[in-house]
Amino acid sequence: MTTTLTPAPPSPATTATPPTDHRPGALRTLAHHRGRLIGVCAALALVLGCVFLGAGNWPASLSADVSGPLERTSDWIVDNRDGHPLFLYFFGHVSNIVVVSVRAVYLVLLALGWAGVTAAAALLAWRVAGVRLALTSAAAFAVCGLLGMWVPTMQTLALMVVAVAASVLLGGLLGLAAGLSDRMHRILRPVLDTMQVLPAFAYLLPVVLVFGIGVPAAVLATVVYAAPPMARLTALGLRDADAGVVEAATSLGATGRQRLLTARLPLARKELLLGVNQSIMMALGMAVIASVIGAGGLGDRVYQALASVDVGAALAAGVPIVLLAIVLDRVTAAAGERIGEAPADRSGLRWAVAALVTVAVAAGTRLLDRLAWPDAWTVDIAGPVNKTVDWMTAHLYSGVPLVGGTADWAGHFTTWVLNPLRDGLQWLPWWSVLLTVGVLALLIGTWRTAATAVLAMAAIGVLGVWDPALDTLSQVLAAVAVTLLLGIALGVAAARSTRLGRVLRPALDVFQTMPQFVYLIPVVALFGVGRAPAAAAAVVYALPAVVRITAQGVRAVDPGALESARSLGATGRQQLLQVQLPLARPALLLAVNQGVVLVLAVVVIGGLVGGGALGYDAVFGLAQGDLATGLVAGAAIVCLGLVLDRVTQPTGRRNPAGKGA
Amino acid sequence: MARTRRTRSAALAAGLAFALTALTGCGAADMTRQASPYADAGGSRTVTLSVQSWVGAQANVAVAQYLLEHELDYRVDTVQIDEVPAWDALSQGRVDAILEDWGHPEQEKRYIDDKGTIARGGDLGVTGHIGWFVPTYFAEEHPDVTDWKNLDKYAAEFRTAESGGKGQLLDGSPSYVTNDKALVKNLDLDYQVVFAGSEAAQITQIRQFAKEKKPFLSYWYKPQWLFEKVPMTEVELPAYEKGCDTDPQKVACAYPHTPLQKFLNARFADGGGDAAAFLKKFRWTTEMQNDVALMIAEEKLSPQEAAARWVERNEATWRSWLPS
Repeated sequence: MTTTLTPAPPSPATTATPPTDHRPGALRTLAHHRGRLIGVCAALALVLGCVFLGAGNWPASLSADVSGPLERTSDWIVDNRDGHPLFLYFFGHVSNIVVVSVRAVYLVLLALGWAGVTAAAALLAWRVAGVRLALTSAAAFAVCGLLGMWVPTMQTLALMVVAVAASVLLGGLLGLAAGLSDRMHRILRPVLDTMQVLPAFAYLLPVVLVFGIGVPAAVLATVVYAAPPMARLTALGLRDADAGVVEAATSLGATGRQRLLTARLPLARKELLLGVNQSIMMALGMAVIASVIGAGGLGDRVYQALASVDVGAALAAGVPIVLLAIVLDRVTAAAGERIGEAPADRSGLRWAVAALVTVAVAAGTRLLDRLAWPDAWTVDIAGPVNKTVDWMTAHLYSGVPLVGGTADWAGHFTTWVLNPLRDGLQWLPWWSVLLTVGVLALLIGTWRTAATAVLAMAAIGVLGVWDPALDTLSQVLAAVAVTLLLGIALGVAAARSTRLGRVLRPALDVFQTMPQFVYLIPVVALFGVGRAPAAAAAVVYALPAVVRITAQGVRAVDPGALESARSLGATGRQQLLQVQLPLARPALLLAVNQGVVLVLAVVVIGGLVGGGALGYDAVFGLAQGDLATGLVAGAAIVCLGLVLDRVTQPTGRRNPAGKGA
Repeated sequence: MARTRRTRSAALAAGLAFALTALTGCGAADMTRQASPYADAGGSRTVTLSVQSWVGAQANVAVAQYLLEHELDYRVDTVQIDEVPAWDALSQGRVDAILEDWGHPEQEKRYIDDKGTIARGGDLGVTGHIGWFVPTYFAEEHPDVTDWKNLDKYAAEFRTAESGGKGQLLDGSPSYVTNDKALVKNLDLDYQVVFAGSEAAQITQIRQFAKEKKPFLSYWYKPQWLFEKVPMTEVELPAYEKGCDTDPQKVACAYPHTPLQKFLNARFADGGGDAAAFLKKFRWTTEMQNDVALMIAEEKLSPQEAAARWVERNEATWRSWLPS
C-alpha cells in the first residue's frame, strides 16, 4: 500500500526495536511483578485518597486564574501592534514576505491560464509518476474548473505552495537538528507532540492578534500545523541511515558535513519525500480552518456556503480540495517509490519536452485571450446535492418504521451513552481520575509516560476547566468506541476481501480529505443539535485511518502462520480470531491510538454543532476575540490529547531515547 | 571536538542573528498597510468589505458590492469574519467597512474614541432585535407561552436529550451577543441553554423541529429571513430599560432594539473617495434586506445574482446612494 492520507501520521516510533533488559537482578524481579506492584500501590493510594482528600471536583484552591495576564497580553498587542518596533521591524516584514510570495505564485498561476496550469500539472505528473496519474491530474483540474471554482482553487494552490515550502524548510531544519544531535532530539520531541495535538482553532487566535486577519496569519497557522511531520520524518530518516554506509564514509575520511551530504541525506530520501507528502496533506487539511481568519480561496467558499446553510455549494468548494489532496498525494507517493531507480534514457529530453509543451499551451491560450476558465463550461451540482440532502433528512430524521429515525438514535445515544459517561466521569473524585490515568499509562508505558499523563491531567484542573474537560473526554471516549467498532470490522473485512478493499479506498480518501465543515450541516440535519452529531462528525473523520491501519495490519500477518492454521483445519472464523487478530495486535493498538488522536482533532468542529464543552470554548474564544477563554480551552484540549496519547501509546515509547522518533 | 562544535553553533547563531537583522533592518513595515495578495493586479481601485456569518449581512454586502462594481467601477473583495475580529481587521485596514454591527461598546471605545482608527458610518436603516422565540403554531395552541412567567409550565415540552431534565433554550453561534445564561439564572427558569455552536446548525435544527411541528424555544433575532419559512412568535421577557443590561451577571430584562450601524476604517473614510461616500449613504429597510436575504438563502441564488435582481427592481432607492 502506498502512503495513506492520514493527516496525523502514526508516529514513526512504532518501527522501534523491542526493548532489551539490561537491568540488574533485583530490578528485573521487580519488573516481573510490575503489574501486581502497580495494583497494590493503586489500592493503597485509593484508600489514602478516600481518607485524606475526600470526594468532589477539582478544588478551587488548586487552580490558577490565568485570564488576567492573558487579557493584558492581548490588550498590549492590540495597543502596540501599529507602532512597536517588534511589529514594525519583525512581524511586519514576516507578514510582507508571505504576502509577496503568495502573490508571486498566484500571479504565475493566473498568467499560465487554466490550460497552462492543467498542462503543467499533467506533464509534471507524467514525468514523476507516469501516464495514468497524468490523466488523473488533468481530469482533477478540469473538474475544479467545471465546478466553477477555478479562481478559488488557484488562490488555495498559491497559499498551499508557499505554506508547504515554508513547512518543508522549517520542518527539514528542525529534523536535521534532531537527526544530528541527541539533545535536540530529546528537546524537540515534546514540542512536536504538542504542535500536533494542538487544535488549530486555539492558535488561530494568537496568530490573528499578531498578524491580523488574512493570508499571512493563515500561512503561519498552516506552517505550525504542517511542519511537525516533516521534522519527524527527517529526523527518522537521518537516524535510521544505514550504519554500514556511514561507517564506510567515515573510514574513507569524510568530514561530518560530507557524511551528511553524501551518505546520510541521500539514504534518507524516502523519508524526506514522505515528509513532504505528509506536510502537503496537513496543509490542505488546514485550508478550510484557515478560512475562518480570512485566508480566502476554496476554504472561504465552503465557509460562506455554510452561512446560508447550502450544503451543495459547500460540497462544490470541498470537492476541489479533495481532488487536490488526492492528486498531490498520489504524485508525491509515486515519486517516493521511484526513488533509487536508475533514471530512464533521455530523461532530460523528456523534461525539456514537458516544459516546452507547458509554455506553448500557456502562450497559446494567452494569444487566444482565453486565460480565464470559460463561464459556459461550468456544471451546477449545488441544486441536486441540496435536493438529495433534503430528501435524506426528510426521510431519515424520524419515523422510519421499525428502526426509528436518526434523531431517535441520536437521542438514545445521548441519553444512554453520553450522559451516563459524562456524569460518571464528573462524579469521580478528582484524585481518582489522576490515579486512573497514571495506572493506565503505567500499564502500557513507562514511569515517564505515566508522569506526563498525570501532569497533563492535573494541568487541566489547574487551568480551571476540569468539568468541561471531562465532558469533552466523555464525548471522545464514546466516539472512539463507535469508531473502533465500525473501523475494525470494516478493516478486517477489507483485508479479507480484495474487492471490498478496492471499493473502499476512494471512499476513505474522500472522507479523510473532505473539509469537516462540509458535513457539519448534514450531521445536524440527521442527528439534531447536540453532542450526538459532534460524535458522528468525529467518527466520520477518524474512521478512514482506523480502517486503513487495521486492514494493513491484518493483511501483513505472516502468510506462513495462516497457512499452518489452515492446514490444521481452522475455520475462517478461527483463523481470524486466533491467528490474524492476535498477530495484528500492534497494528490494532496503533489504530486505537490514531482513533483517539483523530477524534480529538474534531472536538472543535463538534463545538460548532452543539458539542459544547472545550470545543465550544475554543470557538467562542476566536469569535469573541477572547484570548483567555480560547487559549485555556485550547491548552486543555492539548493536555487531554497528551493524556489520551500516553494512555494508548503502545510499546513504541518504551525504547531508550536514542532510537526512533 | 566539543570545542569546535560549540564554536560552530556560536557562529551559526551569530549568522542567524545577522540574517534576521538584514532581513528586518531594511526599514519599518507598517502592519496597517497590507493588501491581500489576491487583490487585482490591474491597478483598479479595490474596496474590501467584511461579511458576517448571517444572511442579512451577506445581503448588505452583496448589494453594496454589486453597485460598487457596476455603477462606480470598483473591484470588491469580501472577507468572512466574526464580529469582534472584524473590528480588529477594520482598525488594521485589512477591511474597509463593516455594514451591519449589532453593538460592541467595548470595541467602539477602544478603536473610535481612544485610537481613532475606526470612523462611524451612520445607520444602516435596519433595526435589529434579539429575543426568545417559539414557533407560531405552538403559540397559537398555547397563547400563554408568550409570557416568560409561564415558561416553566412548558419546560417539559421543550425538553430534549441534550437539556437533561430541563427545558431546552436553543442558542446559536458563539459570536453572537447573548445574555441567555444569566437570564435563565436570574429569572429562575427551569431551562438549560444549549449552544448550537453555529448559526448553520441552529437553522438546520429549527427547520427540523418545524417540519415535525415540534415545540421549541430558541434565541433568535430580527431581521432574519427564516421567519418567512418558520413563523415564530416572541416570548415577552421583563421589559428593557436603558442600563438594565450593563452588568452581564445581573441581567434580568429583555434585549434592546438596536438601530444597526455601519463602521469604516478611519483612513478609508477620509480618503476613500466615491466608495466611502457611497457606503456612508447606503441605507435601506428591513423589508428590502429580507428580500435579498431570502433570495440567497431560500432560492439559493448566489449573492451577486440576488443583488442584481434587487438592483433591477429598486432603482429609485439606490440612485440616491450614489455620490452626485
